[in-house]
Amino acid sequence: MPIEFRKEYFADERDDNLNEIGKPTQRQDMLGHVTGRSPFYDDHLFDGLCHIRCVRSPHHHARVRRIDVSEAERVPGVRRVILARDVPHNLNTLLSLMDFGLDDEPMLTPEGAEVRYRGEPVAAIVADTERIAREAVAKVRVDYEVLPHVLDVEEAVKPGAVAVNPAYPANKFVYHGKYDHQKLRYGDVEAGFRQADRVIEGRYQMSPIEQAPIETCGAIAAPETNDRYVCYTSTQALFFSLGTAAKLLDISSARLHLIGGTVGGGFGGKVDSIHEPLAILGTVLTGRPCKAMFDREEEMQVGAPRGAERWYITDGVMNDGTLVARKFVGYFDAGAYTRLSSYAIIKGVGHLPGPYTIPNVYADVYCVFTNRTPATAMRGFGVTGVDFAIESHMDVVADELGLDPIEMRIKNAYRDGDMKAHRRLAKNTALVECCQVAAEKAGWPLSAEARAASSLTGGGGARGEMPAFTALDEHGRVSGYESGSYAQGDRPRGEAAGSGAQGRSGSGTPSGQPSPRPRAEPPRAPQPTRVEPTRAEPARAEPQWSDPYAGRPSAPAGTAPASPRPERSPAPDAGPDGTAPRRGPRFASISGLRRR
Amino acid sequence: MAIHKGRGFASINYPIGMNLGGDPSQALVHSNPDGKFMVALSSIDLGQGMKSVTRQIAAETLGVPVEDVYVDTADSDTGPHCMGSFASRGTHRVGNAVIQAAREARAVMMEAAAEELEVNAADLVTDGKGNIHVAGAPSRSITTAEASAAAQFKHGKTVSGRGIFLIPLSEVSAETGEMTPVSCFAHAAVILDIEVCDETGDVRVIEVNSSYELGRALNPKLVEQQLIGGAWMGLSHALWETTEPRYPERDHLPTDFNHYLMPGPGDIAPHNVAVLERPAPDGPFGGKGPGEMCANPLLPAAANAVFDAVGVRVTDLPITPEKILRGLRENGGARPRGRGAALAGGRSGAERRGVLV
Repeated sequence: MPIEFRKEYFADERDDNLNEIGKPTQRQDMLGHVTGRSPFYDDHLFDGLCHIRCVRSPHHHARVRRIDVSEAERVPGVRRVILARDVPHNLNTLLSLMDFGLDDEPMLTPEGAEVRYRGEPVAAIVADTERIAREAVAKVRVDYEVLPHVLDVEEAVKPGAVAVNPAYPANKFVYHGKYDHQKLRYGDVEAGFRQADRVIEGRYQMSPIEQAPIETCGAIAAPETNDRYVCYTSTQALFFSLGTAAKLLDISSARLHLIGGTVGGGFGGKVDSIHEPLAILGTVLTGRPCKAMFDREEEMQVGAPRGAERWYITDGVMNDGTLVARKFVGYFDAGAYTRLSSYAIIKGVGHLPGPYTIPNVYADVYCVFTNRTPATAMRGFGVTGVDFAIESHMDVVADELGLDPIEMRIKNAYRDGDMKAHRRLAKNTALVECCQVAAEKAGWPLSAEARAASSLTGGGGARGEMPAFTALDEHGRVSGYESGSYAQGDRPRGEAAGSGAQGRSGSGTPSGQPSPRPRAEPPRAPQPTRVEPTRAEPARAEPQWSDPYAGRPSAPAGTAPASPRPERSPAPDAGPDGTAPRRGPRFASISGLRRR
Repeated sequence: MAIHKGRGFASINYPIGMNLGGDPSQALVHSNPDGKFMVALSSIDLGQGMKSVTRQIAAETLGVPVEDVYVDTADSDTGPHCMGSFASRGTHRVGNAVIQAAREARAVMMEAAAEELEVNAADLVTDGKGNIHVAGAPSRSITTAEASAAAQFKHGKTVSGRGIFLIPLSEVSAETGEMTPVSCFAHAAVILDIEVCDETGDVRVIEVNSSYELGRALNPKLVEQQLIGGAWMGLSHALWETTEPRYPERDHLPTDFNHYLMPGPGDIAPHNVAVLERPAPDGPFGGKGPGEMCANPLLPAAANAVFDAVGVRVTDLPITPEKILRGLRENGGARPRGRGAALAGGRSGAERRGVLV
């Protein structure tokens, strides 16, 4: 039998007499799907649709000295070449919609700035056909100064490593404005290891993986009546895409009309909102319907994959299989920009130490920047990689001790009423029953004791109490970041944030490097540990797009934008260096999130 | 050269919804004069069945047949805010918002029915077939269509409702990691049977036996679709896929499906699933969300099965023939642990292949 519903389990917790719930009702959209009539975004092929293709960096890390589009512009059928200066607010981080993290990623890399991964876009061609767009892409000449790069997470966090992302010069995301990693401290693992019969270590590496939807990511935009823009999109998160487009294009969300909802596979790869802003910008600049879409190669190598993760696990275990301590050190490979990796770590840390009750747990988890395609969400986000590590390691430990691996899981399984390492009581648990039923189905014999175990009994009591003592520490402390105004553009002050800054290649050149930005709002409480910004940079008066963090065309020395900008709400007061204050606070404060 | 049987186990739990809360979703429900209901969302149907599961939830709450409900999603002009379809949040978050909206709409419909029948609304029940009647007295009834029409044309009421579901954002301690990560967890355990060839390093999946606990199964067919497909995605992660086969070096990069390896039809093996349903106290009708977690246990189960088959512990995914062969060379040959050989022998090949998924 391929699938069976074991209604006898937890039957007293359910009322199974419902009209519609629990019925195998056929999908509402089935007929349209199987007859090929369900409309997906790519079915909205407007008359006169233009196609957008990006010019992409062939290097892992380079400075863009010059972008020469003159030949590309002369290709018949090319409507427009889009450059960084055409992007009204050319800096974003996806989770700024939740006020988590610093803006760190431009939509297009300007001249003078750096590309930080192979495939990063520096220009976009809008043309009458996809073929013409591809021809014109090949005619854009970009003069790159190739820079050293770093690809390995543990190399990237060493002192003196190439600095990847100027928002985080030590190549580590900063949590709570305070530490270069997220900590989990529960009990005292070192004491647990001393108490253990065996201490067993392991290292596990999760690989980067492509979401591989049949429908590649994309969007089609068109002018709508009443000075609005409609955008058909493959997004998994309609309002993420709406908010991201409104921010990057500096356009009121009231003028954007996003339509999606039927998507040809997502698996996490369609949250990043890359194409919606680009397609809408193309429409704004040309007045024509525009389509931006990954081809398969882009989907696989430019579209953000599931990030790689490296985990070190150390278990302290008694000879009978009882786990008494578990320690993690984890490195998430974010690639060049944050996207969602910072948040994946919060989710991962909340998941540790897996579905087991262990009295002493410790974790240091780092979000590391490297010169590779930025990572993003994928099925099991923040958890799949560490589950691979935990469950491989459980098997290693059981094998070393000569124990049955299922019995060892059941022995350590969390049960209702147990205290978890994130300091909340477990409820509604069912790991034990899953182990028992899987064993039964596969004919894996279990002892009478393991068969008699239950998620409903044996938990709580002493297992439900907080540890009497938790060992705390301050290692990985950074200064110069202020969690209070974290997402507003504060940057590491001076060199305090990390030694990696010294290792940045080409650090004598101002172009493309971040500058400390003055806060756009009055300081809050005094910050005694903060050192003053060094502001060692030379004058930033080059009348060119030298700084992706300048945010808007008028930034460098107030030069006029070279091309008409699509829409501009009244310009907010600019900071002294021309930077715009961020709009509106969002919501509260976790791990670098700011309170209202 | 020999084929070695291997058997691996893994068990996991999985958090439902965005970590830490703070991820609202909204729903709007209204009826036309015929008592047919429209649910407006901006949530996304990725193929997982978002439209269908919210349709069933709305129908159940309204007390009308599922045919009388249609779900429209996603249009930013008409659909109220939703964070999106990710983090296994759709069923749980959006489903709860739909329940709240449908309850409000139902209350208007029931008030209209009460006025028409000249009874107290608290005494009325729906039969789920399109009728509203006095509890215990089915003959005193009115159809949901008549009640909706009366509300709109006689009483001047909109049969409509608004719903939102929000778990407030949780703080995270910088020092200890204390947090309220999620409100409920799904669970799974799998046993994977494979064969490993010690000459080529090839792994062949023979059978998967699993047990998934995912709260109430709101639609058993959608659950089956998720679990079978998701488990194969997990096996694909374990044994085939990566965008960077030489990670961390960025070379030999696949750029199409000829070079990005995934299992094909010939690689698929039977997967026998047992579903357990422990309702989530805060889930819609106890539902959790099977979407993501069904893949997770297959990755370590594959590594554990390979170890059992030939004694090679592959710690870097994916588990390629090359890595197995290098491990075999390092170990001086296969060192079967014996669990697969001992336990997997009990069932005939015909039995194993008798059930195709």
